[in-house]
Amino acid sequence: MSAKHLPPEHLSSSSRRTFMLGAAALPLALAMSRMGHAAALPTAQVNTTGLAVTDTEVVVGQLHSATGTMAISETGSIQAEQLAIDQINEMGGILGRKIRVIKEDGASDWPTFAEKSRKLLVNDRVATVFGCWTSASRKAVLPIFEKENGLLYYPTFYEGLEQSKNVIYTGQEATQQILYGLDWAKKEKGAQKIFLVGSDYIWPRTSMKIARKHIENFQGGKVVGEEYYPLGNTNFNSLINKIKIAKPDCILAAVVGGSNVAFYKQLKAAGITGAKQFLLTLSVTEDEMLGIGGENFEGFYSSMKYFQSLENENNKKFVAAFKAKYGPKAVIGDVTQAAYLGPWLWKAAVEKAGSFDVDKVVAASPGIELTTAPEGYVKIHENHHLWSKTRIGMGLADGQFKVVAESPELIEPNPFPEGYQ
Amino acid sequence: MDAIKSWLGRSGLASVAILAVLLLVVFPLAMDSFRLNLVGKYLTYGFVAIGLVMLWGYGGVLSLGQGVFFGLGGYAMAMFLKLEASDPVSTKIQSTPGIPDFMDWNQLTALPWWWEPFNSFAFTLFAVVAVPVLLAFIVSYAMFKRRVGGVYFAIITQAVALILTVLIIGQQGYTGGVNGITDLKTLMGWDIRTDEAKTLLYFLTAALLLGAILLCRWIQLSKLGTLLLAMRDKEDRVRFSGYDVSMFKVFAFCLAAALSAIGGAMFTLQVGFMSPSFVGIVPSIEMVIFAAVGGRMSLVGAVYGALLVNFGKTYFSETFPDLWLFLMAGLFIGVVMAFPNGLAGLYESHVKPWLARRKQAPAPAGTGGEPPAPTTEPAHKPATVATATTAASATSPSLGTKISSQSV
Repeated sequence: MSAKHLPPEHLSSSSRRTFMLGAAALPLALAMSRMGHAAALPTAQVNTTGLAVTDTEVVVGQLHSATGTMAISETGSIQAEQLAIDQINEMGGILGRKIRVIKEDGASDWPTFAEKSRKLLVNDRVATVFGCWTSASRKAVLPIFEKENGLLYYPTFYEGLEQSKNVIYTGQEATQQILYGLDWAKKEKGAQKIFLVGSDYIWPRTSMKIARKHIENFQGGKVVGEEYYPLGNTNFNSLINKIKIAKPDCILAAVVGGSNVAFYKQLKAAGITGAKQFLLTLSVTEDEMLGIGGENFEGFYSSMKYFQSLENENNKKFVAAFKAKYGPKAVIGDVTQAAYLGPWLWKAAVEKAGSFDVDKVVAASPGIELTTAPEGYVKIHENHHLWSKTRIGMGLADGQFKVVAESPELIEPNPFPEGYQ
Repeated sequence: MDAIKSWLGRSGLASVAILAVLLLVVFPLAMDSFRLNLVGKYLTYGFVAIGLVMLWGYGGVLSLGQGVFFGLGGYAMAMFLKLEASDPVSTKIQSTPGIPDFMDWNQLTALPWWWEPFNSFAFTLFAVVAVPVLLAFIVSYAMFKRRVGGVYFAIITQAVALILTVLIIGQQGYTGGVNGITDLKTLMGWDIRTDEAKTLLYFLTAALLLGAILLCRWIQLSKLGTLLLAMRDKEDRVRFSGYDVSMFKVFAFCLAAALSAIGGAMFTLQVGFMSPSFVGIVPSIEMVIFAAVGGRMSLVGAVYGALLVNFGKTYFSETFPDLWLFLMAGLFIGVVMAFPNGLAGLYESHVKPWLARRKQAPAPAGTGGEPPAPTTEPAHKPATVATATTAASATSPSLGTKISSQSV
């Protein structure tokens, strides 16, 4: 897991390792040339739609849950976005303008997200927003971003079935995360009989629908059980009995939030451990591991595009910078890394467009590459999702993952997969 | 002149008029479209709060499940709007075009039969009120006929709120689940997302709210209102006098439910979506706080309570994104500790005597001898809410203190 899997563009930028600790940034050459050119651009030219941009400053919004039940998940995203913005400002900002952040709290409440997004777009006229985590919060703000023509960078891996002019999705959509994982499970673990289990809401439901179609129609496997539990459910005894009766080769899990903790503890208590049972999850990152405890997840597998333990230079710098800012105990999960990409992707698009105007930034976005992404290399697809690799990590007792497999190529995002609907 | 003044004072219309001026003239002139839309949203909670004044302040029945009716009204409206937004053309990428997107995600292939009537706007308007009232009637009839009251009734309303939340989240194919019903665009072809539409909806909400206050005031001044008060203070006496106490309570509960539902429907129209986060226990309790902060004996006070609490929420969370929850908690504790009868009680105990003193004192130069009108008070104070307690004190002079010791 080193620079060898990275595209050649990366190598040119590795010369600036001395540049700045943790500036997992745009290639320096590009950044420098843009900066000189940027200073010449007058505000009237880079901002024709009345956004909050002055000669020295550009205002952006950050909209996550700092309070409420989602705060524990969204804090990582808040921190990563702030880190990226700080790093960009240290490099001189965007088009010669420093980024100023207006932080709003969505308070884990979807209507509050809607209210705050409208405030950011209408009152504060922010150039872009980094934010949202749950699908519900994204669904709540989406009509507002479309109506007010705002721009949102959304970091979470999610169910797909969506594509908006006004959103850049920096996490994986469902097919990217699932299909490679299932193919790997079949090839490496011989998984034929698969048991699907998830929390009962849109993301697990859609993910499992895609998984079932792939298993039954493309892999010739069999789904031996499909169970959903309400959000926050903490009693999995009946599920464990069903699993014991069905004897699946593989449990595919998409249990979220507090349920995760109970789920893995009860599996362990029932003797279903990584040593005896193959389990692949779509919802456990390093963040969730803090709650679950590494000893309860040891030997199970997770399908993600990013793990903190990735061994490439970009990621080493990113992890070092993150820990320098937020303490040595900070962990970085998949979504945290995806959130970190948001400001950098926006910077690249703005510089390509030579403007902060949302329409121009959106038009410039497809094809934007980031060779300095901690996950290696990403590129924005025309459908506003990212080309990215998928990795399989094995849970370790210390709460980290050991990467055991990686898709050989970047996987194309396909939010409306045919044959999977 | 004096006769008019005393009639105004008795009926409390003066305070309603001041609120009307504030809502229909001052706010629209002083605020931009975004803030006005926020106030419009807060006013929808005002419906719930005045419903609670009737139910809790007058009827003595505490409900911790008003979110249920707010949610049902909101969902009824959202269903109509969602069907309108899900025409076959704009949903052509779905496996089954023409049904709401969340149904398609949940592998439904046809519109459920009970969604069909919501294609009609007339039926929707009827359902917005009728469905919550029917549920309120069933719950309250079953409880009050068995003389279940007080804390037990409050607990049952909480259970209803919990059940409905679980139901909505669990049946996501039919309800949109935890995401709620989102992406609502037009009402009979009229784009509700534009600034003009939002302004118009604000005025509609404000007008409906003022109408609701007048209706409730009329009920309070009628024999029914007196009976509600009597029932709250000595239920047995009313029963022994031959009145069917339980049916009065059922009426109060249904009235509060209908008001909440109208608020919910207006909320959906203004905010553009509905989600189960309004139905649960926490929002229901929050709604009781609106009424408690404003003063649960005062209709106008309850509206100020809803406005103040939500202004506070918005202001604190925008200004201190990391601290705002603590500040809100401080506000609640502060109000309840310092003014057990809410802002309206504060007016009664401090502002009114002060006004009376000023009246008796020789008029200072400059005021031209006019009696100091309540309008000179800053807008955020509950300008005039004398009314409720005036009516109340007709029955029992020491009521003000009784209320605080007796309820909750």
